[in-house]
Order: sequence, then structure tokens, then C-alpha cells
Amino acid sequence: MTVKILIRYGEIALKGKNRNMFEAALRRNLIRAVHGTGTAITRIHGRFLAEGPADKQQEIISRLRKVFGVVSISPAATAALGMEEIQSAASQLVQTLPRSLATFKVEARRAKKTFPLTSPEINSQIGAFLLSSYPHLSVDVHQPDFRLEIEIGHREAFLYTGRYAGPGGLPVGVTGKALLLLSGGIDSPVAGWMAMKRGLSIEGLHFHSFPFTGRRSQEKARDLCQKLATYSGKMTLHMINVAAIQQHIKESCPEPMGIIILRRMMVRLAEAVAANRRLQAIVTGESLGQVASQTLESLEVINAATNILILRPLLAMDKHEIVSLAEEIGSYNISIQPFEDCCTLFLPRHPLTRPRLKAIEKAETALDIPRLIKDAISGLESVRVPSL
Amino acid sequence: MNEIYLDNSSTTRPFREVIDLITDISLNSYGNPSSLHYKGIEAERVLKKARYEIARVLMSGEDEIYFTSGGTEANNLAIKGTAYRYRRQGKHLITTAIEHPSILNSLYRLQKEGFTVDYLPVNDQGYISLERLGQLIKTDTILVSINHVNNEIGTIQPVEQIGKLIKQRNPRTLFHVDGVQSFCKLSFSLASWPVDLFSCSAHKIHGPKGVGALWVKTGARLTPLFEGGEQEQAWRPGTENVAGIAGFGLAAKLSAGQQKQDAALMHSLKHSLYQGLLDQNLKVKLNGPPLEEGAPHILNLSFPGVKGEVLLHALEEQKILVSVGSACHSRRPRPSHVLQALGLEKQCLDSALRFSFSSFNNRREIESVIHHITEAVKSLSRI
Repeated sequence: MTVKILIRYGEIALKGKNRNMFEAALRRNLIRAVHGTGTAITRIHGRFLAEGPADKQQEIISRLRKVFGVVSISPAATAALGMEEIQSAASQLVQTLPRSLATFKVEARRAKKTFPLTSPEINSQIGAFLLSSYPHLSVDVHQPDFRLEIEIGHREAFLYTGRYAGPGGLPVGVTGKALLLLSGGIDSPVAGWMAMKRGLSIEGLHFHSFPFTGRRSQEKARDLCQKLATYSGKMTLHMINVAAIQQHIKESCPEPMGIIILRRMMVRLAEAVAANRRLQAIVTGESLGQVASQTLESLEVINAATNILILRPLLAMDKHEIVSLAEEIGSYNISIQPFEDCCTLFLPRHPLTRPRLKAIEKAETALDIPRLIKDAISGLESVRVPSL
Repeated sequence: MNEIYLDNSSTTRPFREVIDLITDISLNSYGNPSSLHYKGIEAERVLKKARYEIARVLMSGEDEIYFTSGGTEANNLAIKGTAYRYRRQGKHLITTAIEHPSILNSLYRLQKEGFTVDYLPVNDQGYISLERLGQLIKTDTILVSINHVNNEIGTIQPVEQIGKLIKQRNPRTLFHVDGVQSFCKLSFSLASWPVDLFSCSAHKIHGPKGVGALWVKTGARLTPLFEGGEQEQAWRPGTENVAGIAGFGLAAKLSAGQQKQDAALMHSLKHSLYQGLLDQNLKVKLNGPPLEEGAPHILNLSFPGVKGEVLLHALEEQKILVSVGSACHSRRPRPSHVLQALGLEKQCLDSALRFSFSSFNNRREIESVIHHITEAVKSLSRI
């Protein structure tokens, strides 16, 4: 038994010359998403069609619903292109519905314009047929209990009564590549997810301070990547040890500036990794005003440390909005595991909330920045994290 | 760089022979011991053999061994099983402040259900006061539960004396000994001791995880923790973990066979490590009893000025694996209840590390450990 699933995509159909590239990317991503389920993906009349084993229907649907660019999907029955065949398929479909669904509406659409009946004619003919065959049904064109949708394709007709929403957005990869700063907290995976939603292909960068933090913080970053990878198929995670940098900052810079200087070192490191991996931007989970290092002044001072574009998809989001997205993505339960930085050693008691660039730059002169960056980068570890 | 595993109180590397046996039994003697056919009899025979091995180590009767899923279940069964069984006789239980969480949390649950529990304090070496215990035992005291060897500091409680005292005060009070850290590490005979229940676990003695046993002296009775078939006298229902139990039996036989040599080796490793660190002029403080008095395989040291968890990770980088006395989280520090009960100062609480040995360790490893600890402590105390 084969199940056929229609896959609708929205935005990308509108994008003029890029359309082919976008569709090719979506096709690749769909194929990767259903890999291993024995499902084939083909193009038909402005949609993709997934055909796979019926016993894996739920699995296939849940995977397709995680592919960015997909607006909605519908498992569909098919019929040969004749009114009798369509009628009998419609009849079979209606029989599978609970009898409590008593009002309906038929909505036909034709991709094959040479089909002898127009869409309104199909609607009324199939509607009349269902009314005469199933006395419990009646028509309600405004608020029907179910819509029977019929798409007249070039080779066959598709019939279905429901749609599952997809994540929308653009296919991962079509807008470029970026580096996500992945801390292990709640925000950064959501930021990564939102960047991917707009078509960016993401690699992760995690900073740790082993031995001042344990191995579990790295494991957590890996788990978060694995979650994100369910939306992109795979992910590369880079890890850099910043313990030495933290020690130097602690020894040489005024304590309240510690965090902001560390953040500046982190974006410098990120810039170096991005350049090496040919990534065009950095994505962070910063949201305006959440903590001391995320005031407008802090963001300005952090930006000044680098020339690379920094994207902050969560900038204007409230914490509860971020949390509910994190729950939806599935990263929340990983993020809240208590493998926080063990050591308060490097946390200043009163961090600066309104740093001034001049003062920070002056404090940084005590550091041999190029050497610190070079040493930290030389210890870079990179792993490929497959999706589960 | 070779791994140096000094976390043997957490778990041990299994003996090769034990794993081979488990593989063989899993593949070949896979029958259900309750089945009537020969495959069942064969599996039952495996259980009998393991029961025999363990009984022999404890110098007890085979029919007094009840297999469980491990030390935690054995402790739960000992505490709740007797409390529920004897609740009409009394609702008072006694334990110490330095027990394993499987004991303490079982007792907290009983307290919520209306039992009363006394927690004996310990002195700065981890010993309870016999006098204090004597005062606490009353006519309604149904159970005293005390760990034989403390898992964090290695204090050995005078179990025989404690048992005599209990029976002298109230002959009906049962005495449970949590022997997870003493089984096959010390030499003793349960038969001659005034003890009624004894817990042990396979993976602490180079056996598999997921297997343990509760020894229940003939005459003592239990209420099972959950319902099922008639296995283990219906005190611990559920199809037996045949292969795991076989591995447990063999691990106990092998460990007990070399117990004397192993204890001597571990004792000397413990001494060399401590002495070696002192010789390096490191600030080291011994937590728990004096070296000669404590269990041979456990050494707990504080390195004031250094965070234990950070030192652990620094040693981990050298593939030296140890364990911390307190898990430190920036938000809520959670020092070990055992070290707190000793009355340690904060500096020592935060910097405690536990080194625990097995017969797989050797002197060369200890020399390397001394070297790396010295290096790490020196570089970390700069911060």
C-alpha cells in the first residue's frame, strides 16, 4: 500500500528568477527529510508529491512538517481523470470520515485546463452525487464540517479533506550560510531555528571553559544541534575552549568589564571561524534588554569588535514567546537541564550595563588579542551532528 | 596516554570472565527459570549456582539471598519491606546522617506516611556514637539501618558491636546493613553477626550493572515493593535477570577469592597517594577516618583553594577519572550531605575529591596521579 502526500509551498513560488533554485533546494531538503522511509519525491503541478509506504504515513508526515518552505501537506486519495472514477474515490473518502461530520463543501481546482468540466461544474456534480448517496450529508459553503478538495492534475486527480500546516519559511540553504553562537541556553537554539526558517544553512559554535565547565556542557550543545538538525538534516558543531581567555581577562581587566570583553572576544573568534568556513554572518540569541550584556549599549560595543554581520532574530521577542517556540521546536527540555557553568569564578558581581566603547577598548589593550584568538582557534574541535 | 580510573566507588570495570559468562548465558541459557521444560531448569540451575557463590562469600544460607535490580532496590526493599511488614509492631526507625540516598529517601517517604525516623549524627571521622544509638532504641523501634562502609569517606562502622547493642536493647528490632561498599572489599561473616538484612551490588565488585541482592536472615519477613509472580519467594517478583545474576555470582567468587591481596594493594596505593601529595608540599586535608582505619579502597581529600569540580575536569584532561564530594552549580551549591555531616569548613567542602581504587590500579598510576594533581593544583590556585 502506497500513501500519496501533496506538499504545498508558498513564498518560493513567487520569487521570479530564483524559483528554480528554490524548488531544487526544497526538493533536496524533502528528499533528505524522508530518507530511509522508502519515500519518493516528485514534482507535479506546482506541488511536490511524496509517495511512500502507507504504514509509515505518520512518520513521513511528521518529517515533512519539519521542512522549511513547506506551507502545508495533505495525504490524498487519487483517481483516474474521469468523473466516474473521481466520484467513486470521493465516495470512498467520505466513508472513512466519522458520521458526525455532516456538512461539507467541494472545492475543485484544475491544473490540467483541458479537463472537460470547469471547477464549478466539478463542485456541483460531485456535491450532488454525495448528497444523493449519503443522506446524512448536507452542503454548507460557509462553515462546512469538512471540505472535500479535488485537484485535477495532469495524470490523475487528488482528493483530500484535510491539511497539516508546515513550518513555512524558505528552504534551508537558499539564502546563505551563517554561524550560530550556541550557548546551551533557551534562546540560541530558537535563534538558529528562526535563521534556518529564513533559508539560512547554519553551523553551530559553542564556547566552553573546560576544566571550569564539565564535558556535559559540550554534550548539551551537541544535543541541541541534534534537535536543530531535525529541521536541516545535519549540522556541524564547532567548539572552542575560552578558559585561557577568561583567565587573562580576569587577571588583566577591570572586573565589571569582564563579560562584555569576553563577548567581544567571542565574536572575534566567531568571525575567524566564519571566515574559515565561508559563512557570511553570525546569528546570536540576544534579545534586547534581557540581561546586562544585552542593552543597546552592550550590543553596540559588541558589534564594534567585528565587521561581520551579526543577525539577532530574537531581538524583539519576549521571553515567553521564545520559551513557547523552544517548546515547539523541542529544544526547551534540553536547554533547561542544569549543566550551567559550574564556576562563578569568572562572573563579576556587578557587570557593566552601559559600557562605553572607549573605556572597553582601553581595558583591552592589556590583552594580546591576536595571540589569544590564535591560541583558542588552534584548539577548535568540530563534529558533524546527524539528525536522530 | 592511558586512562587511570580512580572512581571505583561509583562503578568498576567488569572482569573479562564475567562478561564472557554473561554473553554465554544470554545466548545459550536464555530460558525462563520458571518454565517447566529443560530450558527453564537450565536457567534455574544458573541462578542456584550464583546464589551459592554469593551465600558462600557472605557465609550465609543460600535461601537467604534475594536477587534485586541493584543496591538501590535492595536498600528500598530492606527499608520499606520491613517497615510495611512490621508497622503494627512499631513505627520507629533509626539511621545515620551519612547514608546513601536510596536509604535516606526511602525513609523520607516513610516519614510522610506516618513513620518516625531518627538520624544519628557522626563525628568528624564519620563514626556514629553507640551511646547515642542505645538511647534512641525503644520498644517500637522496628529497624536500624546503617551503612557498613561509607561510599564517600570510607568510614567502617563497628557493625558487630552495633548489632549486639541493638539486640540487647530490643531483640525485636531488625538490623539492616547497607553493604554495597563493603561486600568483597572487607572480609566478614554474616552468619556470626547480629545482622538481619544486608544489601550488596554487583557492579561495585567488577560485575554487571543492574544486579544486586538483599540478604535476609531466616526469620525476618518482608512486604514486597511490587506485585507479580512467585519469584524470590514473591518478595521480589519478576523474571530473574539470569545472565546478570550469573555474572554477579562469578564476580563475587573472583573478588572474594583475591580479597586479601586486593585489600593490601589498595591500602598501599591509598597510602602512597596521600603521602605522595604531602611530600609535594600541597595543601591537602584528609576527610574521614585515619588512613589505617578506613576502607582500603576509598580516599577522600580536600585541596583548599581549588574547586573540586574544576580539579576533577583538569585531571580528566589527563585521563585521570575521580569523583567530587560536592556537585557545584553556580545557582545552587549542593555540597555532599556526608561531608557536611562531618562538619567540614566550606573551603574543604568545595574542594573535596574522592579517589577510589580497585585491583586494576597500580603504583605507576599513582605516581602519575600525584604528578598531575600537583601540576593542576598549582596552576588552578593562581586563579
